[in-house]
Amino acid sequence: MATDPAPAITETVETWLHPSPRLSTMRRVEVLAASVVAALVVLGVIGLQVLAGAPLNLPSAALLLAAIALAGLLGDRFAQRRVRAWAYCERQDDLLVRRGVMISRLSVIPYGRMQFIDVIAGPIERAFGLATVRMHTAAASSDARIPGLPQEEAARLRDHLARLGEARAAGL
Amino acid sequence: MDNPEGTPWHRLHPLSPVIRAGRVFIGAVIIFAGTLTPGSHDSRTGVVTRLVIGVVVIGFGAISWLVTRWRVEGNDLRIETGLIRRNSLRFPLAQIQAIDVVRPALARVFGLAELRLRMGGATAGHARLAYLTAAHAEAVRGQLLALSRGTTPQADQPAERLLLALPTGRLIASILIGSPTVTFIVLGAAFGTAAALSPRAAIAILSSSGAILIGMVTFFWRRLNGGYKLTVAEAHDGLRVRSGLLDTTAETIPSGRVQAVRMVEPLLWRPFGWCRLEVDVAGRQHRGGENSPERQQLREVLPVGTREEALRLLGRILPDAPLERSRPPSRARWKAPFRYHYLSWGHNERCAVTTTGRVARVTSWVPLTKVQSLRLVQGPVQRRLRLATIYLDTAGRAVHAAIRDRDADEARGQLGELTALSRSARRA
Repeated sequence: MATDPAPAITETVETWLHPSPRLSTMRRVEVLAASVVAALVVLGVIGLQVLAGAPLNLPSAALLLAAIALAGLLGDRFAQRRVRAWAYCERQDDLLVRRGVMISRLSVIPYGRMQFIDVIAGPIERAFGLATVRMHTAAASSDARIPGLPQEEAARLRDHLARLGEARAAGL
Repeated sequence: MDNPEGTPWHRLHPLSPVIRAGRVFIGAVIIFAGTLTPGSHDSRTGVVTRLVIGVVVIGFGAISWLVTRWRVEGNDLRIETGLIRRNSLRFPLAQIQAIDVVRPALARVFGLAELRLRMGGATAGHARLAYLTAAHAEAVRGQLLALSRGTTPQADQPAERLLLALPTGRLIASILIGSPTVTFIVLGAAFGTAAALSPRAAIAILSSSGAILIGMVTFFWRRLNGGYKLTVAEAHDGLRVRSGLLDTTAETIPSGRVQAVRMVEPLLWRPFGWCRLEVDVAGRQHRGGENSPERQQLREVLPVGTREEALRLLGRILPDAPLERSRPPSRARWKAPFRYHYLSWGHNERCAVTTTGRVARVTSWVPLTKVQSLRLVQGPVQRRLRLATIYLDTAGRAVHAAIRDRDADEARGQLGELTALSRSARRA
């Protein structure tokens, strides 16, 4: 839960909270797993070809594996930047969620407009003790979520948002 | 119907299953007519099968009528239905977004009408009472609307004030001058050339274009039926839009339920200075259902009209809608070359307006009380050009108000300002 004073969209100074550092580890593991699977597939195909009697083309095989490694590295770099770009800020009347590297998005969701809040944790997220909080408003297009929160922080945020939402609820 | 706390259970009109099955029945007759004509080799079993199907359809209709009942309980409308799986539906009247009285042609013959409630919320079920007698439907509508506002229905209601009546001639002209007609002409021209080059190919095209022709006719019919004799009136409980040639609808949009208003000015209508005005209401409209012509996503309160008429109507729907616009910086031309000429936006304390569109100009007004969330989005091209787009998300279904391609710093400031304005608008 690193905090830093980030670019303010209004005059007031805001504290932005970031997803847990464990999320970057999780993303790294995901990218690594994908690369390993891809490498295994390539090795398997080459192995089958050798077994079938084809001569082993060492340079091209090495080139292929190098390409996979490079793709994995680039993917990891991008994933890390994405993780660092996620941030949220609880203001007095609304929640700000910032995300995206290529396309940067900043959502403003008033507490009174939140209809319900989901806490989702998939198997990989659970293994890292993380959860995703997702806010829903009556508008289908306002999709705001915060991934990679420690589970207790996710529960705190959910309860906090639900309480604020109840206090400030506004009809359609 | 007098005491709202525990009205007795009501049943739908006994003729409901007949009307519900009406369209299916006609369809079945058309399908089976081919085999029923004399000379077709038809066995006795075939006739028996059809009779059984007919009996089963009518039987199911009768059962569904028997097990369906409804009543008003406090501030809810409760509908119970289903024989094997009992279904008890509760519709909180406070969440009514709009009420339609729909009268398909067949129902009009019997003097019946369907009451359709549009509810807020994504999981809204089918709140429809099909069918009631027309007078009863009107009475129930008045009652439900009054309850939804937390008042009791008044016997002496102030008369409606007619805001607009659509001339039929203009409606027909506007339907004919539209993109489908252009498509049709293009197809016809292609056909003509093909016929001139080789008559055999022309016959092949003609036989295959039957479906297109039927589609065209259906389209024209729906537009005509949807806008025929359209009137917009201001009643004490909201805006009332009536229209229809064979199937009529009377929709009531309670005041303050409009999520957004959109004005579309198609290219082909520009010589006449015409435009279309549509309102967006929250709640997913359920699709399908018998006798419901495929409803457009938005309710057209003015299928075709002059700009003055549209703005006059807009003034009644959203009082003090802003008109002054500011243009995006000229470097936005690089980001949106085909849209730039229409891009603009403006706002005041209560409402924001945005204009966009490539060929047709689309103007959207969003009351700030209805803004659900705001988003500031900046893509890679926009970053290079120091531009950003603000999206105003509403609970409506089709209007996507976006303040496109503004200067990034200005957009940041506007995001803060719009957030503050919509907050105070919500509190007011």
